[in-house]
Amino acid sequence: MSILKWIRYGAWAGVVVVAMIGAAVMLGWWQVDGPGRPSPDRAASKGAPAVGGPFTLVDHTGKTVTDADYRGKPMAVFFGFTNCPEVCPTTLLKMANLTRQIGAAADKLQILLITVDPERDTPEQLALYLQSFDPRVVGLSGSREQVDAALKAYMAYAKKIPTDSGYTMDHSASVYLMRADGSFRTMIDYHEDDGSALNKIRMVLR
Amino acid sequence: MTRFANGALGVALSLAAYAAIPAHAHDYAVGPLKIGHPWARATPPAAKIGGGYLGIENTGSTPDRLLGGSTEAAARVEIHESSLTDGIMRMREKADGVVIASGQTIEFKPGGLHLMLVDLKTPLKQGDKVKATLMFERAGSVAIELQVKGVGAPQPAQAEHTGH
Repeated sequence: MSILKWIRYGAWAGVVVVAMIGAAVMLGWWQVDGPGRPSPDRAASKGAPAVGGPFTLVDHTGKTVTDADYRGKPMAVFFGFTNCPEVCPTTLLKMANLTRQIGAAADKLQILLITVDPERDTPEQLALYLQSFDPRVVGLSGSREQVDAALKAYMAYAKKIPTDSGYTMDHSASVYLMRADGSFRTMIDYHEDDGSALNKIRMVLR
Repeated sequence: MTRFANGALGVALSLAAYAAIPAHAHDYAVGPLKIGHPWARATPPAAKIGGGYLGIENTGSTPDRLLGGSTEAAARVEIHESSLTDGIMRMREKADGVVIASGQTIEFKPGGLHLMLVDLKTPLKQGDKVKATLMFERAGSVAIELQVKGVGAPQPAQAEHTGH
C-alpha cells in the first residue's frame, strides 16, 4: 500500500519536473527567437558610437556654416592647422590625388579641413593656405568653443603643445568619411595605402 | 679650324661638366659625415614654417651629433620629430639634437625626423634652392643647399639612401 503511494508521488514529481523544463524551453524560445526577442535596431544602436554630428563653424570665405549646409554630399572631414609642416599638406595632397584618380564622380565629395588652431587660423589665413591645394577643399575655423564642439562630435583629439617658438598642435590625423546624410561611414588612416583609401572613397560616393 | 674644334670641344666639355653637377652637387661631406639629398617642401602662402629633409651617414668610428643649424630663409632651424600613435600625430622638438652612431645612417623624412624652418621670411617655392648650415658636435659646420620640391611632396625615391 505505502509502496504504491510513493510511486504515485514519484510520478507526480516527474510530471512537475517535465513541466518546468518545458516552461524554461518556451521562455528561452520567447526571448531569443520568439516574439520577445530584442529588435535588431535596438541592438545595433547600442554597439557603434555615433561619430560626427552637428557643428557650426566659419568657412574660409568668412561665412558661418553648419553641417546641414553639406547635407546631400558625402564628406571627407579631417582636422589640421596651417602651421603644420607634415600631416596637413600631405593629407591635402593625398586627397587631391585620390579624387583626381576617381575623376568626375568625386566632384560631389565635400572635403573639409577643420582647423584645431582657430587662434592663428582665421578664415583669411585658411583662405591663403588653401590656395596651394585643390580648390574644392573648404577650410573651417570659428571660435575655440565652436572648434572644440566639432572635435567632440567627431571624437577627435587636439592638444596645444608649447615649444620654444610658440606652440604646436597634436591632433588626430585620420580622414573621416561621412555619408551624404551626414552619418559616419569609415576612416582613412594617415599611413593607409592609396588603393585602400580609393576603395573607401568610392564606397562613400556610391 | 683647329681653334674652332678646340672651342667646340671646350663647349662640349663644359656642358658635360655642367650636366654632371646636379648628380653630385646634392651631396655634402664634413669630416666622416656624408649628407645626402637635402630637400624641403614648398610652403603654402600663409605657412610660417617649413620642413627640411636629408640623410646623414656617419662613416667614422666615433658617434657624432647634429646640434642644429641655421638658414637664410627662416629665423631659426630646429630639429623636430613627428610620430603617429593611435591615429594622433605628435611633433616634438629634439632639443638635445640627434646622435648619429658610427656606421649609422639617419634619414630625415616626412612623418619622422625633420629640420623645422621656423618663421620663414618668404614662402619656400618649388625649384628654389635654400642655403643652410648644419652644425655637428664633432665634425663642425657644413654649408648645404636644400632643393625645394612641391607642397606636400613625398620622400623622393633616390633620397632613401645617401652617399652615392
